[in-house]
Amino acid sequence: MSLAELICPAGTPAALRTAVDAGADAVYCGFQDATNARNFPGLNFTPEELEASVAHAHAKATKVLLALNTYPPAGKVDLWRQAADTGARLGVDAFIVADMGVADYIARTHPDKRLHLSVQAAASSPEAIRYYCENFGVRRVVLPRILTIPEIRQIRKEIPCEIETFIFGNHGLMVEGRCSLTNYLTGQSTNMDGVCSPASDVEYLRHEDGSMSSQLAGFTIDRFSPDEKAGYPTICKGRYTAPHRSEGYYAFEEPISLNLSRLLPELIDAGVHAFKIEGRQRSKSYVRGVVSAFRQAVDDIRAGREARIADLVALTEGQKQTQGAFETRKWR
Amino acid sequence: MAVKDMMKLTLGPIAYHWAADTRRDFYARIADEAPVDEVYLGEVICSKRAPFHEPDLPGTIERLQRAGKTVVLSSLAEVMLKRERRATEDLMSMEWPEIEINNAAGLYARGNRPHRIGPFMNAYNEATIAWMARQGATHVCLPTEMPAPAIAVAARAAGELGIGIEVQVFGRAPLAVSARCYHARAHGRTKDNCRFVCEDDADGMPLFTRNEQPILRVNGIQTQSESYVDLLPETGQLAADGVTHLRLMPQDVDMVGVASAFRKVLNEEQAPDEAETSLREICRGRPFSNGFYYGEAGYRRIAMATPA
Repeated sequence: MSLAELICPAGTPAALRTAVDAGADAVYCGFQDATNARNFPGLNFTPEELEASVAHAHAKATKVLLALNTYPPAGKVDLWRQAADTGARLGVDAFIVADMGVADYIARTHPDKRLHLSVQAAASSPEAIRYYCENFGVRRVVLPRILTIPEIRQIRKEIPCEIETFIFGNHGLMVEGRCSLTNYLTGQSTNMDGVCSPASDVEYLRHEDGSMSSQLAGFTIDRFSPDEKAGYPTICKGRYTAPHRSEGYYAFEEPISLNLSRLLPELIDAGVHAFKIEGRQRSKSYVRGVVSAFRQAVDDIRAGREARIADLVALTEGQKQTQGAFETRKWR
Repeated sequence: MAVKDMMKLTLGPIAYHWAADTRRDFYARIADEAPVDEVYLGEVICSKRAPFHEPDLPGTIERLQRAGKTVVLSSLAEVMLKRERRATEDLMSMEWPEIEINNAAGLYARGNRPHRIGPFMNAYNEATIAWMARQGATHVCLPTEMPAPAIAVAARAAGELGIGIEVQVFGRAPLAVSARCYHARAHGRTKDNCRFVCEDDADGMPLFTRNEQPILRVNGIQTQSESYVDLLPETGQLAADGVTHLRLMPQDVDMVGVASAFRKVLNEEQAPDEAETSLREICRGRPFSNGFYYGEAGYRRIAMATPA
């Protein structure tokens, strides 16, 4: 059986301590700039905060993974290199990378550090994963959330590195690292700036009939009737109309959260080494609740017991959950 | 303007599911009439579509080459299923014509034999471009969302490495890909039983906001911009910055006319604003954008600053 490590989000030093104390095997975090894919105001770490956080985590035998998982635009590569150098100096346990230039730099400059391939690299086949393993010494791949469990099992047989999969949190629909929707509407790029549907561009408009529009950069992403709860205007979770769909419909996906708590034994059996919980932008109480619940579930499975799955629905977006692609090809 | 004379005009791969006879007619006319230097062929978006037009590929290649065009075969952007892995491997084993790779699975199969890097490969910077060149890349098409200053740095790096650098200057911007087919979803189907509804939308299926503003286009698993990228007024700057190839993406408009408009500007036979006027007529009032180039929201149309 694989170790089934629990990889937990740390958007702030406080969230990091919470995740460590709740039983994370590893936490992942980023600096306060474009070098990571959650470059949101009020999130992330200064080098000083990261240094203290690494000490706290290591004292409890928890690993710290540094996300450098965006794509530097030409002319700005040094920011990513300096972030890697700083992370190495502060003793992080691994780097999570997507860009080949960044991967190449770390492989040459910090050859003793583990490299994890970010979901942002969109490596969804054994050949793509082997490319990164053979060229940059990647030790673990974070798989895109688009594969079924039989597909994951097959990939595991054909690659020389560990597999990490998302098990809980935001259910990204677009292939990560290949999405410019936010840049198209707001001028801030997910790949280059680490920004997705930024809060600074969000507005809610109340209409005379009591309905509410959620807008991003002036575009109506959804409209809610008075009895509906207005959701956050993420472009790929909005309702639109089309020639065959005169009523607004979720053209891409409903606002729904991934929850694979019931599939953990199957995922372990398929050869998944590490389970990732999404949510660096979420609160400490979210981190505490989710990490504790999954800690218990994973410990149950490791001990050969039936996993007790605490009810995690209250913590999910829109109070709805899915097993997404992991469950069935019909999802596609 | 020697720099502009050296610039090549290319026609990107058809992103949509055009019927086989439509494609045949399209490429026959491109071969006979379009002033483009290079043509990319092949299915990039959906592996289910490939069997419909692959039988015509050898004839199309031959026809275009006879007309003096360089032909390049583009690989799938998303490789996940067995048939996609096999298709990618088969393409990568070809010695001729040239190959454009759009997924790391293709890079793995190709090894260090010569190849081009497609716009889905995320070659955003000089370090990545240098890495790719060391692995055999002879040419890189930059991601469509890259802003001008980054394009200039990337083009300079490519120039020093002696490889080509390409920028999309016309057509809907590729904004996202997914494992899910949004065309099938709109019709209450799934990808496995899609019955190729995407064939009905030769220029993509429009999505509108709930206050009736056109916003995006669906093309199977791909999401595109509602506006057409148009960098015709910027071709001079692109040339000065060292970009070697300008890519026109096929849309459901007169592409010979589109290519001619760009060619006339490159040849300095027509002023950019005149060519722009005829481009607008050809595109029948569809919105144009250049926001990405200027580091603004992609849908925006920014007026070029007049040189002092």
